[in-house]
Amino acid sequence: MLLIPCPNCGERDESEFDYGGRALAYPVLDASPGQWHEALHLRTNPLGDIDEYWYHSSGCECWIRLRRNLSTHKFSRLTSDESNT
Amino acid sequence: MKYSAFSLLKQALRGHRHWPQIIEAPTKLRPGYDIVIVGAGGHGLATAFYLARNHDLSDVLVLDSGWIGGGNTARNTSIVRSDYLLPASFELKNFALQLWDSLSQELNFNLMYSPRGYIDLAHSDGELEHFMLRANAMRLGGAEASILNRKQITEKVPAISLCEDARFPVSGALFQPEGGIVRHDAVAWGFARGASSSGIHIRQNCPVTDFDIDSGKVTGVRTAQGKIKAGKVLISAAAASSQLAQLADISLPLEVINVQALVTEPVKPVLDSVVNYNAGLSYISQSDKGELVLGGATDGYSSYARRGSFARIEDTLARAQQIFPMLSNLRLMRHWSGTADIPMDGNAIVGATAVENLFINCGWGYAGFKATPAVGWSLAQLLAQNAVPDLLQPFALERFESGALIDDAGIGPYPWLH
Repeated sequence: MLLIPCPNCGERDESEFDYGGRALAYPVLDASPGQWHEALHLRTNPLGDIDEYWYHSSGCECWIRLRRNLSTHKFSRLTSDESNT
Repeated sequence: MKYSAFSLLKQALRGHRHWPQIIEAPTKLRPGYDIVIVGAGGHGLATAFYLARNHDLSDVLVLDSGWIGGGNTARNTSIVRSDYLLPASFELKNFALQLWDSLSQELNFNLMYSPRGYIDLAHSDGELEHFMLRANAMRLGGAEASILNRKQITEKVPAISLCEDARFPVSGALFQPEGGIVRHDAVAWGFARGASSSGIHIRQNCPVTDFDIDSGKVTGVRTAQGKIKAGKVLISAAAASSQLAQLADISLPLEVINVQALVTEPVKPVLDSVVNYNAGLSYISQSDKGELVLGGATDGYSSYARRGSFARIEDTLARAQQIFPMLSNLRLMRHWSGTADIPMDGNAIVGATAVENLFINCGWGYAGFKATPAVGWSLAQLLAQNAVPDLLQPFALERFESGALIDDAGIGPYPWLH
């Protein structure tokens, strides 16, 4: 069970959220098909941290960006710079 | 030793103290093997078995970081079926169903294959129409499939609630008589025993730490127990696939998602078929011990934790109870989780990689168990003959770049939704 630290509402139960997947850096629209393939499909799946999006559907209704460890489920704080990208 | 009524009697008279080990563990590994398989799950062991049986190749080593039956092979709900619409998905799983039929005899190991019938409930006329399409496609492909109306459903499974005002109404069902369940850890041990008795080496608790790659060609593996030369290497390691492929500088188009299964306390026989219902994205069957075995949708986010979320358990059970009201009288006895490796189109990745002689079999997500013997059979062909068998061609890794995706559910590159 995840307790998700929403920057607007505080720690909330995972059932209040929808998952939005990895926070990806998409290439420009006219980038090559190869670059888009890499961005859309290929993943590293580290045993450690990933950056991802959650939508707080039963709360502030905001998309939030968080960092979470895939093995331990521990959330860590993003710097304000990181959470704005 | 061949298992038979005679051997059982003989061992019984000797007090069951002299049964040989099921597999012969090699005391010492050889410095090199023709083929090294990384991952001793059902798929890896089936591949080893068919390499010996169909191609007479036994200079094969199967490595695993854990133990036989410790991974996804023994973490699933043991259902086998082939009710897929897309030809690629259907053909491989239907070939597997044909193999399951005689596999216990073939392996001389009781896999407890029980073709008790698989019923997939439709909750709307639209869904039922889709099931008719699917049943027709299955029949064209040579499988048996039919549509059940509500009366026939009640006759087959009296425990299903068919109230008119149900939360999830039932309009009909797709029925595959050959679908059923197979004892999952027996599958792992049966293939392990078959491979081992042909002289194939199986090493448990021996993680692979790196690959030796020489000018684009794999030449060996590094393990916790030393370096082993290899002619060809197959990665068949489910959730560990990304980590292993990364060692060879390969990024895979998949994410890891947690999936749970749940078991109730055992009761007398109430359900003699496998029932799937999309209202809960769930499936239920009764084990020989009498427990009701349920599975649900994935937990919905990336995870390696193998630790299920209560939200998903509650959701799965609430929906199951709508279809089977009798479940409300039962207690949940245990539950477990596994990490499913789910690709961007929800379908498996099988075949060659950019590194010569390095092959991969991954991305089976929560749908790999039923395909086990067919995957082993076809991968053995691929490794022995250096040509991709027709059954495997659609599953090539390149399809993500070329766009020839096999997205059964039409979901798109969101693995946690598949």
